[in-house]
Amino acid sequence: MARHKTTNILVCGIGGQGVMTATEILAEAALSLGFDVKKTEVAGMSQRGGVVTSHLRFGERVLSPQIVPGEADLLVGFEAAETLRWAHMLRPGAVALMNVGRLVPPVVNIGLFDYPDDPVAEMRALGLTVHAFDASALALKLGDIRLGNTVMLGAMADRLPFPAEVLRQAVLARFASRKPQWVAVNREAFELGRRAVAEAALAGSTASW
Amino acid sequence: MGAPLPAPAASRLFLSGNEAVARAVWEAGCKVAAAYPGTPSTEILEELAHYPDVYAEWSVNEKVSLEVALGASMMGARAFCAMKHVGLNVASDALMTMTVTGTAGGLVIAVADDVGMSSSQNEQDSRFWGRFAHLPVLEPADAQEAYAMTRVAFELAERHRCPVILRLTTRICHVKGRVEVGERVAVEPAGFTKDPRRWVMVPGNAKPRLPLMFEREAALAAEAETSELNPLFDGSDLSVGFVASGPAFMHVREAFPDAPVLKLGLSCPLPVHKIRAFAARVQHLVVVEETEPLVESELKAAGIACHGKDILPRLGELAPDVLRPAVARLFGGAAPAPAHVPAQQVFPRPPTMCVACPHLGVYYTLSQMRNLIISGDIGCYTLGAGHPWNALDTCISMGASMGMALGMDKGRGAADANKKVVAVIGDSTFLHMGMQGLLDITYNRGNVTVLLLDNRAVGMTGGQDNPATGRGIRGEPAPRVDFAMLCEALGVARERIRVVDPYQLPVLFKALREETKIEEPSVIITNRPCVLIDHYQPAKPYRVLEERCTGCGNCVDVGCPAIHVIRRETEVKPSGKEVALSFVRIETAACTGCGLCVQPCAPEAIVCAEAPQPVQFLRKQ
Repeated sequence: MARHKTTNILVCGIGGQGVMTATEILAEAALSLGFDVKKTEVAGMSQRGGVVTSHLRFGERVLSPQIVPGEADLLVGFEAAETLRWAHMLRPGAVALMNVGRLVPPVVNIGLFDYPDDPVAEMRALGLTVHAFDASALALKLGDIRLGNTVMLGAMADRLPFPAEVLRQAVLARFASRKPQWVAVNREAFELGRRAVAEAALAGSTASW
Repeated sequence: MGAPLPAPAASRLFLSGNEAVARAVWEAGCKVAAAYPGTPSTEILEELAHYPDVYAEWSVNEKVSLEVALGASMMGARAFCAMKHVGLNVASDALMTMTVTGTAGGLVIAVADDVGMSSSQNEQDSRFWGRFAHLPVLEPADAQEAYAMTRVAFELAERHRCPVILRLTTRICHVKGRVEVGERVAVEPAGFTKDPRRWVMVPGNAKPRLPLMFEREAALAAEAETSELNPLFDGSDLSVGFVASGPAFMHVREAFPDAPVLKLGLSCPLPVHKIRAFAARVQHLVVVEETEPLVESELKAAGIACHGKDILPRLGELAPDVLRPAVARLFGGAAPAPAHVPAQQVFPRPPTMCVACPHLGVYYTLSQMRNLIISGDIGCYTLGAGHPWNALDTCISMGASMGMALGMDKGRGAADANKKVVAVIGDSTFLHMGMQGLLDITYNRGNVTVLLLDNRAVGMTGGQDNPATGRGIRGEPAPRVDFAMLCEALGVARERIRVVDPYQLPVLFKALREETKIEEPSVIITNRPCVLIDHYQPAKPYRVLEERCTGCGNCVDVGCPAIHVIRRETEVKPSGKEVALSFVRIETAACTGCGLCVQPCAPEAIVCAEAPQPVQFLRKQ
């Protein structure tokens, strides 16, 4: 990707999943390469189980912090229905990376609304390329659902306009300084995500970044 | 609370607007900073608390925080306070006289407007306060400018000896970008100068000061005409020129890279002559401002033809996808909309209360009672208006639940004669503005039962401290208010004050029933901390014995997000009545064993899960 172009990445999910942290790490990786970077989200009430979207834009010079609908180069969904909710942000031909793990909210629980039957199929029916895999299950396999955001970062790694290693270093550096005992398991989570999305890409559509 | 050392000068940091403002406040040698937490402004003071050489505090409300800042300014110290838009309404009484006295040490007021309403009860344009109080308003457009303008604001404040309003919005406060920071300067307070004619605002002293206020405004207006804060960005396409401020400026540059833009950094007073000259050069002039047509009205009043809210929305953010089609319509064409799939209809996902939140029991109990009118307040308590409780009838502004409850009691007619009026308020909210309302209730003999939900945190903004938590802004020990004693002092009879564990549903229910029956003011204080703060000790999680679950759904009514319906059935009773059944499971990984759902479970199908799970999903570590 040419350096003068602004890259738009939309990360979405639910308050508590680590959407904002993951985007922060991605931003740090872009910063380390000298890009101008802007990152924004609506937090406020989202920490109480509400919808979270994090917009990341980087390039030579970034003006507006917001991604316009139809101009996202990559959509990274931490939850199945949330990925579907933000599908319209993608530009034509772009790719969605989707955790198929579901978090069912109380309004669905008490029967006021329905959870979509098959969010992956619905997105594909719209003509979008979706690489879907169960990041939540992978995180739980490693012992902690909170590793889900590192799994998702791993999934993004080979779809960025810079080497995957830069992102990997940004992930590990963060833990090395704050929680060194978590470095090893996060390295594993990162690689699991990378592999999972590669397999999903092979199994699904061949279109990619 | 960790106190990382400030980053060295001239380093480039990745900061949010709030963090950038805090950095600049510290660099400017500010001595005193105060705020009441409020989204999206909260992080400014949180960040300032990391700097050891600034006095920082959580004040009980915004008016007090502004008074604290003014007091410091009178000593000749640089002072700062931060608030969200509705906070300036609270502080306005002090502000409107402060503009007459003026200040000594530089005083900067950061006000964060919630454009787009991410978490507020209204969307208001704080720039009006600049006009109302005849004070300068600065409007940064991103984090780097928020940093730079904060430093400029202190100088401007000292040069004109008046407070400066730094108007932020959500897209400044919560947007991170690269910020180049500088050195801290030490500013020694000049000392207090006794001058009653200046500082004692009785009419005889205030009257001679009013002309000075207008002289100051004229000087500021002249400065705005030539200020570097109001730069002109030239463009090759003169068919449309823009006047823009704040984040809207960035959106304009993004959407129309070839158009000339006059950027308003110092937007009050308005540089009218500069704008008039600019307008003469372009075919159409469009004013892009969030949210009210303030500049537009002033330009039209000055006889400058312009477009604004005739083509742009009056509410919400003015992002590129809003601007492009609006301006295209000006030329009679349709904007080339980016091709994308249509937005999909997905269920709404409103914020919910946390797993094991102590308020769950309160709202569950309220939802089970009949004939209540429930006057609500700001904060997590507002979530009680949602499903499944639907247990909140009003919410206007912070502390308003008290006075409104009294008004409901006094204003009720025959139709509501048998209803009980209950007011719900939180700990910090009560201390912010609720106490005076309760005093009014007792003084005027209102028949109101107050539920004071003390969870020892300003929960909604992230668990900040207040006089009820026993800690100050840096986590240091602080005196802790005794709510029972406080309520008694405010005139509630001692026997009408109950302290109740909100996880004990029968006790809570009984207390509520008794207190609403008695026709005098009463207060029920709940005493369990927020699950996101303190050293919340989770108990062993529960699970559902599938074979025992009858699908009654009582546990679902509690509203805990850890309870999930796995199967729905319809049962036809012998009477022919159809009953909906909801069979459930408990997300053991999320459950913290508070036991609320166990209590209404008739078939005793909820039992302790054998092995505690290591994962605590919704809890902060």
